[in-house]
Amino acid sequence: MANTLDQIFVLLKHWIMGLFPSALQPIVGVLLSVVAIVAVFPGLFALTTVLERKGLGRMQNRIGPNRVGPFGIFQPIADGIKSLTKEDIIPVSADAVVHFIAPLVLVVAVFMGFAVLPMGRNMQLVDMDAGLLFFFAIGASTEVSIFMAGWSSRNKYSLLGAMRAVAQMISYEVPLLMSSVAIVMITGSLSLVKIVEAQNQYTWGLPHWYIFTPWGFAGFVMFCIAATAETNRSPFDLPEGESELVAGYFTEYSGFKFALFFLGEYLGMFSISGLGSTLFLGGWSAPLQVLQFVPSWIWFFSKVMLSIVVLIWIRGTLPRLRQDQLMNLAWKFVLPMTLLNLFVAALWRFMGEGWLRWIVCSAILIAVYVIAGRIGMRRGDFGPRTYRYAE
Amino acid sequence: MSFVFWILAAITVAGGLAAVTLKNTVHCALALTAAFAGLALMFLELDAQFAGFAQILVYIGAVAILLVFAILLTRGAEEKTEKSVFSRTWFTGLVIAAAVFAVLAWAVLHSGAALPDHAGLPGPAPQVTVAQIGNALMGRYVLPLEIVALLLTAAMIGAVLVAMHEKGEPK
Amino acid sequence: MSFLLVAAVLFAIGLAGALTRRNAILVLIGIELMLNAANLNLVAFWRYGPHPEALTGMMFAVFSIAVAAAEAAVGLGLVIAIYRHARTVDLDEINRMKG
Repeated sequence: MANTLDQIFVLLKHWIMGLFPSALQPIVGVLLSVVAIVAVFPGLFALTTVLERKGLGRMQNRIGPNRVGPFGIFQPIADGIKSLTKEDIIPVSADAVVHFIAPLVLVVAVFMGFAVLPMGRNMQLVDMDAGLLFFFAIGASTEVSIFMAGWSSRNKYSLLGAMRAVAQMISYEVPLLMSSVAIVMITGSLSLVKIVEAQNQYTWGLPHWYIFTPWGFAGFVMFCIAATAETNRSPFDLPEGESELVAGYFTEYSGFKFALFFLGEYLGMFSISGLGSTLFLGGWSAPLQVLQFVPSWIWFFSKVMLSIVVLIWIRGTLPRLRQDQLMNLAWKFVLPMTLLNLFVAALWRFMGEGWLRWIVCSAILIAVYVIAGRIGMRRGDFGPRTYRYAE
Repeated sequence: MSFVFWILAAITVAGGLAAVTLKNTVHCALALTAAFAGLALMFLELDAQFAGFAQILVYIGAVAILLVFAILLTRGAEEKTEKSVFSRTWFTGLVIAAAVFAVLAWAVLHSGAALPDHAGLPGPAPQVTVAQIGNALMGRYVLPLEIVALLLTAAMIGAVLVAMHEKGEPK
Repeated sequence: MSFLLVAAVLFAIGLAGALTRRNAILVLIGIELMLNAANLNLVAFWRYGPHPEALTGMMFAVFSIAVAAAEAAVGLGLVIAIYRHARTVDLDEINRMKG
């Protein structure tokens, strides 16, 4: 019974495929999976917009939207109708072709990233041997669309926002990749399905998730920092800061294209949370061995939603980082720490089973973090505080 | 050959043509990005998955953006209408390119006679796993790997030095 | 074999672009196109050649991608340095060795 519930979508897909002649069956199978992804994730996106606005509102001591339905649940429908019926304004001197293509490229690239995420047992769209590489390659393509959006608007602020966003995304791409390489090294495969299956083992009832190892925990922290910067979320959202740069690179977009950019950004958030859950939190595997009767896709989606809630929480709490502080953080702190993490992961594997490796690896990571943090925090001495009063 | 191949070839060649003939430099860079994407898909058609994904990651994710940044930094995107975009010696360049293409096409089309009988037919698709690539990189190709690492370091330091502001020069 | 023809066409287009445009950056674009055409040739020969399991062609192509990226970076650094000095990237005007 539990197994049937677990595989219910796979069985459904096979049943529908069985209704078609055998020549068409592969195409129908792929189409069904694609339709499922295209239907589920924008639905989650709609839920997340309400969650974010109400959550941020509560954190800022106000109620979020509460007019449209009970507790404002139907707000996304109102938002959707608004963006579909708003007038689509293109500035006269804007580059019409590039202006039109930019949101399309973003949404296409982000949707392609969902193809390799294993959303449950046997529930990935494609089981690629180099799945992680495919995911990162697609993530790199989103930068081009952001640049196209910023440049085609012929607007100083858009261009500035686009340049900042692209520089930020490129700088944080390297730590993102390097913190995943430690996982690949220990698992021995780039395929996301195999990474999840390697984490699906239990010792004394506790799972073998990579986050419970010292290098996995450090890697997860750095992956979170890099992922927040990759999707331009606060505290790294200087390129689209509402109080800084009008709306950054999508200033000149209105109506449906703006909704497409918004969709692209939130879907990017989902896909990178999905990747983080797959790499570090065990994908679709249950937290305790006794809980394995709960279907695997419930675990995956709850982990993704938990990551989204944490992202919203961080957005409401931390102040924004300045551009040079952001870049300093990337190149001078996160990147050396990821390299050290790689070394520690190799040491872990080399030392063999036992309690010694826990102590050694944790000690190295904590020591370097404390030393680097202390040295980094020691800036010049501050002078005496001067006060200037308005006379 | 197959239908997919002709579409990809059309995209790639059209992107390449647009990249060298358009007037606006940023449009050229974007057309080049489309050509890179077409090429990556052709690599995938040839069952070279690692090369295809590496092409997307490196070329579209880094080289295209680098080109765009350089265009914006050197004011190449501003409209200059009084001169043509082609150089004074454009005809010679075109003739040379046509000659090179003629030689290459002749070599390709006439090479059927020089190769053994089974060439030209696709063999079984090589099932290349990433583990095999890793083994090859660390075993047979470790020397090129180390040399490329050295080259990348040297190129990085060189690019920074060349493009750095000298002391005292106004920015 | 059609892959080789497409690679030859791309190479010729890249060469024409590198030889006929004024802007230095477009010359670099032409060079990148030529490198890509060569990569396509390498991978096509690997796939249809006698020993695909030796991975030679694909490895060569991957190394060539890495080298091309490095060369694009250095070339663009040079173009920026020249722009800073001569205030233009027009190749017809930068025709004197005396700076």
